[in-house]
Amino acid sequence: MSIRTLWIIFIAVLALTVVAQPFVEWHPHFAVESLFGFNALYGFLACAALILVAKAIGLLVKRPEDYYDE
Amino acid sequence: MSSLLGHPSLALFAGALLLALLRGAPRAAIAVLAPLVSVWLAWNVGEGTVWKASFLGMEVAPFAADALSRLFALIFSLMAFLGALFALNQKNRLELPAAFVYAASAIGVTLAGDLVTVFVFWEAMAIGSTLVLWSSGTALSYRASLRYLMVHLFGGMLLFVGVAGEVLNSGSTAFQSMALETPWQWLILAAFLVNAGAWPLSAWLPDAYPEASWSGMVFLSAFTTKTAVYVLLRGFPGTDFLVVVGLVMVFYGILYALLENDMRRILAYSIVNQVGFMITGIGIGTEMALNGAAAHAFTHILYKALLLMSAGSVLYMTGRRKCTDLGGLYRTMPLTAACGIIGALAISAFPLTSGFVSKSMITQAAGDEHLFAVWMLLAAASAGVFLHAGIKFPWFVFFQKDSGLRPPEPPWNLRAAMILVSALCIGLGLFYEPLYDLLPHAVDYAPYTGFHVVAQLQLLLFSGLAFFVMLGWLRRTLTITLDVDWLYRRLFPGLALRAEGLISKTMQGAGMQILRILRLLDVWARYLHGPKGAFARTWASGAMGLGVMLMLLGFLLSYYLV
Repeated sequence: MSIRTLWIIFIAVLALTVVAQPFVEWHPHFAVESLFGFNALYGFLACAALILVAKAIGLLVKRPEDYYDE
Repeated sequence: MSSLLGHPSLALFAGALLLALLRGAPRAAIAVLAPLVSVWLAWNVGEGTVWKASFLGMEVAPFAADALSRLFALIFSLMAFLGALFALNQKNRLELPAAFVYAASAIGVTLAGDLVTVFVFWEAMAIGSTLVLWSSGTALSYRASLRYLMVHLFGGMLLFVGVAGEVLNSGSTAFQSMALETPWQWLILAAFLVNAGAWPLSAWLPDAYPEASWSGMVFLSAFTTKTAVYVLLRGFPGTDFLVVVGLVMVFYGILYALLENDMRRILAYSIVNQVGFMITGIGIGTEMALNGAAAHAFTHILYKALLLMSAGSVLYMTGRRKCTDLGGLYRTMPLTAACGIIGALAISAFPLTSGFVSKSMITQAAGDEHLFAVWMLLAAASAGVFLHAGIKFPWFVFFQKDSGLRPPEPPWNLRAAMILVSALCIGLGLFYEPLYDLLPHAVDYAPYTGFHVVAQLQLLLFSGLAFFVMLGWLRRTLTITLDVDWLYRRLFPGLALRAEGLISKTMQGAGMQILRILRLLDVWARYLHGPKGAFARTWASGAMGLGVMLMLLGFLLSYYLV
């Protein structure tokens, strides 16, 4: 299986999880949850934000591996 | 079963003693059988106080149980069995007995009916775990274990002062829910949080655990932090402030794991992250949340052990820990990779795995209480778990690039342990009722609704998309990340060194001054008393006669003058 095929399958599954939303009974706790594809968008954005924040923290606290060596 | 011998720790303590004496096949048999006996005893523990005694004038109950303590005793003894099976090939003869003492002490805490017994087993746990670290035998692990011990002895001191004050104040040793009304209760809470790995006293965990041997970290990951979760569940349920503590741990774990290059340190940070979920649940404090926290501790111990067994197998077969050195191992270690992926799916709470049926209860509780901010943060963190542990660990170790390494699968017992734990992770995901029946409160929750499954899949799979879209940003570098342990590894020693320099310089200066004064005294003394000195010279007798005459004259004059 090529990387391209894997991507196509992955994107198809992603689409499926969003398309499935109107077909299941939704029991949201909060209004935002009812938005179409909210969890998908939120998951993506949350991870993108986490990666960016980690990158920013990394600028401050990353050190060479032998930092603590005597 | 005689209640006198019914304590599940006894089987493990006895096993530890026998392991120290035996070798070969009998040793392997005891290693597997002792924890199994312990599992059986934990399963049969009845509710109520079994042992009562008087110790130093205090009423203690070293063996008392309810549903909550039974749940933890059960998973701890089960973990001792799975870990022992995995560790049978460990050449170091100290590690396994130490791990048994460690596990037995953790069980001792969960079955303690009073604070004094909690303290005793708490300290025994610190000793057992430090010995597990020591048995790794490297210079790095020795130094890390001393830092580890320092933090835990500090925590033990907090607990001792807290327990002593609490017993004196309330007149009772009973270990019950506390409302944080006295400074003693705050001290007890602080001691519990040190062991839970709560930020900022969390750095000991990713500092020390990854320095353990390939099998040692499997044990270490299970007991200390989850014992802390147990005592928090019993002592401080519904303490609002724990929600904040838990959420900080959740995000700290994710962010640091994202920056990490060492595969086992990634998993160590993710322990802090997962315990954060449990502590948030304890802070929310509803029956649903407490059930969720307890269930999550149970499932977490299994899938985290599975992840660390997978990582431990890689370490055992290749001797390497860094993502930059690994990659492409799925070719020759398909079973290890598959088990690692099952652990990764379970920690990410994918439907059909154990993590899904436990973690979703905590999120549900946040929703039921209308805690919007908490709920949003927990959802973001759930996405982040898939990112930092769910994909990152298997991707960088088993796929990524071809590292050129072609290690075979690990020996049979490592494979058996991994298969067994994988089966439990999936089995609990499918058949969760037995787990729900063990929880402290009655469960009114159905994990597999269309809503839960579709919402969770959206959240997780799109996190996966973010991972692969932003893969360039996640490239591993040969770096470490500074954590709070920098304070006691760099800043404090640096300050101490400078202070020492200053003191020795001052001392030297003062010494020089004293020497100069002594020299002056010496010169003066020699001038007066030396061979040619005024007092030592040989005077002519005439000069002496003159002197005596002058003295007598002085006397005579004084008579007239007075």
